[in-house]
Amino acid sequence: MTIARATTARREHVHRRATSRDRLIAFLMLLPSLAAIAIFVYGFIAYTGYISLTNYTTSRPDLTFVGFDNYAQLFNQRRFQENVRNLIVFTAFFLVTCLLFGLFLALLVDSRVKGESIFRSIYLFPMAVSFIVTGVAWRWLFTPGDLEPTGLNLLFERMGLDILKARWIADARVWPNIEVPGLKVRLWVPLAMIPVVAAAVWQMSGFCMAMYLAGLRGIPEEIKEAARVDGCSELQVLRHITLPLLRPITLSAIIVLTHISLKTFDLIMTMTGGGPGNKTEVPSLYMYELRFSQFNTAGAAAVATILLLMVSVLIVPYLLYNRRAQSVER
Amino acid sequence: MARALLYCVMIALAFAFVLPVYLLVITSLKDFSEVSLNRMWDLPTRFSLESFNRAWNGGQGTTGMRGSFLNSIIVVIPATVISCLLGSMNGYVLSKWKFRGSETLFTLLLFGMFIPYQSILVPLVAVLSSVGLYGTLPGLMLTHIVYGIPITTLIFRNYYASVPQELVEAGQIDGAGFFRIYREIMLPLSAPGFVVVAIWQFTSIWNEFLFGLIITNDPRLRPVTVALQNMSGSQFTQWNVQMAGALIVALPTLVVYIFLGRYFLRGLLAGSLKG
Repeated sequence: MTIARATTARREHVHRRATSRDRLIAFLMLLPSLAAIAIFVYGFIAYTGYISLTNYTTSRPDLTFVGFDNYAQLFNQRRFQENVRNLIVFTAFFLVTCLLFGLFLALLVDSRVKGESIFRSIYLFPMAVSFIVTGVAWRWLFTPGDLEPTGLNLLFERMGLDILKARWIADARVWPNIEVPGLKVRLWVPLAMIPVVAAAVWQMSGFCMAMYLAGLRGIPEEIKEAARVDGCSELQVLRHITLPLLRPITLSAIIVLTHISLKTFDLIMTMTGGGPGNKTEVPSLYMYELRFSQFNTAGAAAVATILLLMVSVLIVPYLLYNRRAQSVER
Repeated sequence: MARALLYCVMIALAFAFVLPVYLLVITSLKDFSEVSLNRMWDLPTRFSLESFNRAWNGGQGTTGMRGSFLNSIIVVIPATVISCLLGSMNGYVLSKWKFRGSETLFTLLLFGMFIPYQSILVPLVAVLSSVGLYGTLPGLMLTHIVYGIPITTLIFRNYYASVPQELVEAGQIDGAGFFRIYREIMLPLSAPGFVVVAIWQFTSIWNEFLFGLIITNDPRLRPVTVALQNMSGSQFTQWNVQMAGALIVALPTLVVYIFLGRYFLRGLLAGSLKG
């Protein structure tokens, strides 16, 4: 008790000596970064929001306030409706495939095999490569070939797997092509999106694996061993012990992957350029075209704001939750 | 038996993962006479660096990657160094000199890491133009540094959080101030943190595309990713040259990954906040 009090007293003494000058210096050192973020993130976002409410729709600056006209126009547009559909399809397929495949890879690597680190490195290496490189390589793999098969189609033909041949990124169909009253766009899956998802999964599933591996390493072997002693099969251990304990990892992975998927730009730009017939175009690409080809700055700003809102709905609660979790830990 | 199956699955998957790289490598090593789409999966019969040569130096309607490669290096190296220094200082303040509201400021800072950059493009172009940095490599560098602040700060803050506060207090008892504690206590412990952040920033900036596309409107100032995208969009460029170009772009970050993968992974997991 006396020792504890003595320590506290010493700490207080130290704190008094930690002059207010040092505290001021600390704050001043942080200030440039804070200012940069205040301007480049918050200021710019506010400015984009403001522009999206103006009539700045041609190359001539016109900052007349028009309310939510640009947004209304977007949502009535067939092309933007297609964009949103494509983004939802991409995100859903990418997220589910990536999580399941990432978990599968993690379980494989974690099963005490020889050369574990080599396998892990191979499954993870696409993360180190630019989306542009991925796009170039996979575009050639998924180009069906007009007269003669190329890419994967050629490989499948050689292996006698003709049944697997498809039109891939050249397929402009939407399947099952459901019409919904009030929407200008047919639902559901634009088939050309599937190869894009495959390339994205190739690139990102290793990241998912790494997250799950970190989680798996955190589960004490004793718990699993106890269940085995009680007569659980490996599958039961997985279902009743491992998977429930991985739930927080899954949550983090969902947030990170979804926000990456909502922002996707590079990969689609390189692999399909949004085609065929806008079937793989997502809002981030449309924003780029509106601003830099059509010079519709206000429209581009509106698309960007919608995109930001989608990401924020996901990220802001996550950031707040993380902050609370950290202050509880302390 | 089950073990054998396990190995088979893992090896098959490993092959599937390297398939695109295999294609890139064999294609870019082929002689032009051997480059035809129906032989794209065949190994080259003769070793040739013609495709590399064309992708690197250009010619016959193709702009080579050499200039862009240099542009990327000019942007990436200073941006990485400055990012490390800024991140380290911010992390030091936010972990060892907490003040009222510093946690809130940190959370506000982190938000910058997650925004879609489309939402800041319009004013970014306007502001860079007005200060004369639009269409310049310093402009691109500045942009990468600013939007790298959140992640570098996060990694260093979490890293320094594991340095006991008592060390800082001991330094204070000895009469050391803000900078001396940083220089004599924190910096000597920081090497792994610097490696993680440097690798992370190097890889992200090298691989980045959108800022490069928007900010460098002059073809001579393009970074490699933009040059590759242009090359692959051009009808005059043969696909084997595109493949060689892709390999050139991928090489630096792959080399870093092969030799320093462990640190790369740590940066990667830091992006999921608690990692």
